[in-house]
Amino acid sequence: MPTAALRRPALNVSVGPYLAAGIVVLFLGAFLVVPVLKVIQVAFQDPSSGAFTLVNFQDFFASTLFRQSFYNSVYVAGMSVVIASAIALPLAYFTTRFNFSGSVIIQTLAFVPLIMPPFIGAVAMQLLFGANGSVNLLLREYFGITIPFMKGLNGVIFVQSLHYFPFILINLSASLRNIDRSMEEAAQMLGSSGVRMFRRIVFPLAMPGYIAGASLVFVKVFDDLGTPLLLNVNTMLAPQAYLRISSVGISDPMGYVISCILIVFSIFAMWVSFLGMRGKDYSTTQKGGGGLSRRDLTRREAVLCYIVVLLILALVLAPHLGLLLLSFGTVWSFGVLPDGFTLAHYETALTSAWGFIQNTLLYAGLAGLIDIIIGTAIAYLVLRTNIIGRKWLDYMAVSALAVPGVVLGIGYLRVYYGVEMPLTGQPLATWWGIIVIALAVRRLPYALRSCTAALQQISPALEEAAENLGASKLRTVRRVVVPLMVSGLVAGFVTSFATAAVELSATIMLVSSEKDAPLAYGLYLFMQSAAGRGPGAALGIMAVVIVGLATYLSHRLVENARRNQAAASAPGGGH
Amino acid sequence: MNMPMKSMTGDGPAETADKGAGRVEPVEIDIRNVSLSFGRTEVLKGIDLKIEPGEFFAFLGPSGSGKSTLLRAIAGFGPTPKGQILLGGQDVVGTAPWKRNVGMVFQSYALWPHMTVARNVAFGLDERRVPKAETAKRVSAALEMVGMSQYAERYPSQLSGGQQQRVALARTIVVEPRVLLLDEPLSNLDANLRVQMRQDLLKLQRRLGITTIFVTHDQEEANTICDRIAVMADGVVQQVGRPDEVYDTPANAFVAKFLGTANVLEGVVEQRTDGNAFVLPSGIAIPCAGDARAGAGKLVLRPQSISFAQNGDGSLTGTVQSAEFLGGMIRYAVEVSGQTLLVDEVHNRGSGRRQAGEAVSLDVRHQEGVLIHD
Repeated sequence: MPTAALRRPALNVSVGPYLAAGIVVLFLGAFLVVPVLKVIQVAFQDPSSGAFTLVNFQDFFASTLFRQSFYNSVYVAGMSVVIASAIALPLAYFTTRFNFSGSVIIQTLAFVPLIMPPFIGAVAMQLLFGANGSVNLLLREYFGITIPFMKGLNGVIFVQSLHYFPFILINLSASLRNIDRSMEEAAQMLGSSGVRMFRRIVFPLAMPGYIAGASLVFVKVFDDLGTPLLLNVNTMLAPQAYLRISSVGISDPMGYVISCILIVFSIFAMWVSFLGMRGKDYSTTQKGGGGLSRRDLTRREAVLCYIVVLLILALVLAPHLGLLLLSFGTVWSFGVLPDGFTLAHYETALTSAWGFIQNTLLYAGLAGLIDIIIGTAIAYLVLRTNIIGRKWLDYMAVSALAVPGVVLGIGYLRVYYGVEMPLTGQPLATWWGIIVIALAVRRLPYALRSCTAALQQISPALEEAAENLGASKLRTVRRVVVPLMVSGLVAGFVTSFATAAVELSATIMLVSSEKDAPLAYGLYLFMQSAAGRGPGAALGIMAVVIVGLATYLSHRLVENARRNQAAASAPGGGH
Repeated sequence: MNMPMKSMTGDGPAETADKGAGRVEPVEIDIRNVSLSFGRTEVLKGIDLKIEPGEFFAFLGPSGSGKSTLLRAIAGFGPTPKGQILLGGQDVVGTAPWKRNVGMVFQSYALWPHMTVARNVAFGLDERRVPKAETAKRVSAALEMVGMSQYAERYPSQLSGGQQQRVALARTIVVEPRVLLLDEPLSNLDANLRVQMRQDLLKLQRRLGITTIFVTHDQEEANTICDRIAVMADGVVQQVGRPDEVYDTPANAFVAKFLGTANVLEGVVEQRTDGNAFVLPSGIAIPCAGDARAGAGKLVLRPQSISFAQNGDGSLTGTVQSAEFLGGMIRYAVEVSGQTLLVDEVHNRGSGRRQAGEAVSLDVRHQEGVLIHD
């Protein structure tokens, strides 16, 4: 009896965490580390002999097409950062510096692009801004000019910057808000003001946030597959990788070489952002201090602000409006607006694409679930235990950020095509579950961030109190930690779910039959043909609504939970 | 870019000391009927204060008393107040903060994390377009003055709280502001450093001769270094005077209790044939000054004005309820006819301690008491 009583807690303390860590390592090893290492290995292998070689890279850079693709990808990603900055800077500045009633609109609407993947809007943008799109038709009629917004690479840059600028806006606004007003007041007290003060104090303090946002935009654009594919721009790296693998086959080394380049650039961008942030935790807000002081606008300034903001927002919402018009329009070609309006596309979409929607809900839901389970496990192991190598769990999960979807897809195909499913004998790489796993691995960093943040907010004293009253580690986690983390977990789940629901680059590599395809893939199929555009747009609108609703719901849940917790902790609260 | 700065700090300190932030012509601060509201909440209610040139002055009060708001109004931060704030005879209400030349040290220090110590200190001089060579000289002199020369090339995050405080001071005094405003400058330091730093502050202020306002909620800080203090509560100045003056003759019960410990007894002044007496509800009478106004009032008696009578022949008798050991003395709570009085007794090694329940006899040095009618 005494030995049994003694052994139980010992088991909980020492073996449990290692067991959990083991499962996490096994999962991430099999579905992240091994596939990526395989891709890198194949890139350096002679296709026939399997010996180490650099000849694949020589072949890559010897080809004009690949050199052009490489240059185009760098150019598009760089230009997208420039344009996205031009959109985000004024919005961030207006909302953090002035008492501007438009701030709420900006903060809300600026997130709208994120709930729709860029490739969905790409087709609608063709119709609005293309050579014969609404805007150019109007320009030609009234001014006799046209602007090649959507011509070739311009189109990709345009669509991508409109989609990804929120990353810069969010990060930049956050760093601006984290500047304590005393930073500015100290400068004013010493005689500084206006633009000079902005340049010397505010801008440098906001820089780390800007760099973080900008490098994220660079990498996202550099890796993106869907947008160039839909705009029919194939001379970029990600589309080339996809085309090589899907047309030449998984033994063609070029796809692997491109994957390596994509990984190198991802890591480089993350490194730049790390350098920008290192040792520069410029968050200076004090308890009870509050951020930068806001200024009231004069009437003229307010009008000017509104014009700039509305212009930007019109641009930002263009893909959504275009998609909406497309989904309700009968024929839309060589016209400013569609010829007539109909609900037929929605009917078609619902009847022929219902399978896609079901698959998406299932895949994204499962992926989100896997993410919060693994995310909670990692967060707990890192923050609350002292098992050896716990930091590496975190690094491993977060490293998924540096792995483009195309690369993960190629890796899965290469590693798991030869592995058969136990009962059916079907290759593992073509099973629908592999799509779920790919989505889960890709979105794990987001979910992990939510879980870690949620756990960090729980004082260890709450757990110690439970243990002091006789609860074991596992029971403490279940009865105290998880209930307190719920809002964070929901937020993590929804982030994973919403982004997984519209992800295309990994899924497009892994979908083996239309029956197993999720919504993003279905959209891609619809948008290929002129006749499919209407139903495709209807499907896109439905995707936006699903993702938007999910995001809104999670926001409400998180807010409610936070309010309840604040109310519950108020009596003991204070300092 | 930082190289010349570094070599400057390496130069002989004595030589640069008086070329930097030196003595400035002290100015008077005249606050006339200043009121200020945040929305509907009145934070300052008609403040009138005159601070002499070169004075080290304290705004002392609990949080929410309006002391920081008043300080910020002098610097030009926060909403524009009603009334006048004259610096050296010139009204600055409505003037932008960057045009006031008022030096302020923030509670949080507000050092810019992206600049080295030297760059932080040089900032105000850059803004004033001071030539580079002179800037370098003045920066090193200012850092010398606060004893931070060797840290010129560090970043604020590499400094301790006390060091950051010194840099914040150097950054402010290097521009030779007309007045120096210190917003709870010691509140983020640990107890020992606080005692050290307040002496350093006083020395620095005397050396510069600059009119200085020090905001604090700690009466000991205000008492030890300030020439005069203004005790504030609820947006109103309760009393102005030298620390000992305010302590000895508090204007009201709030001031009496905020500055040190006090027995504030309620009762009635009665004019009797053998002189005036302050009569407690229990009927106990304490003699009081002959010119005391008759009627209801409060008698403020410091614990050290009451002592234990040696032979049990004191004017009051009571029972010890509890004792607090304070080191140099023991503070007893003594019950006298239903009223609790605090009594201090000097403690020496081996002098022992009275027990709860012990019957005692008390002497009241009534001439040390203060009568207030509020």
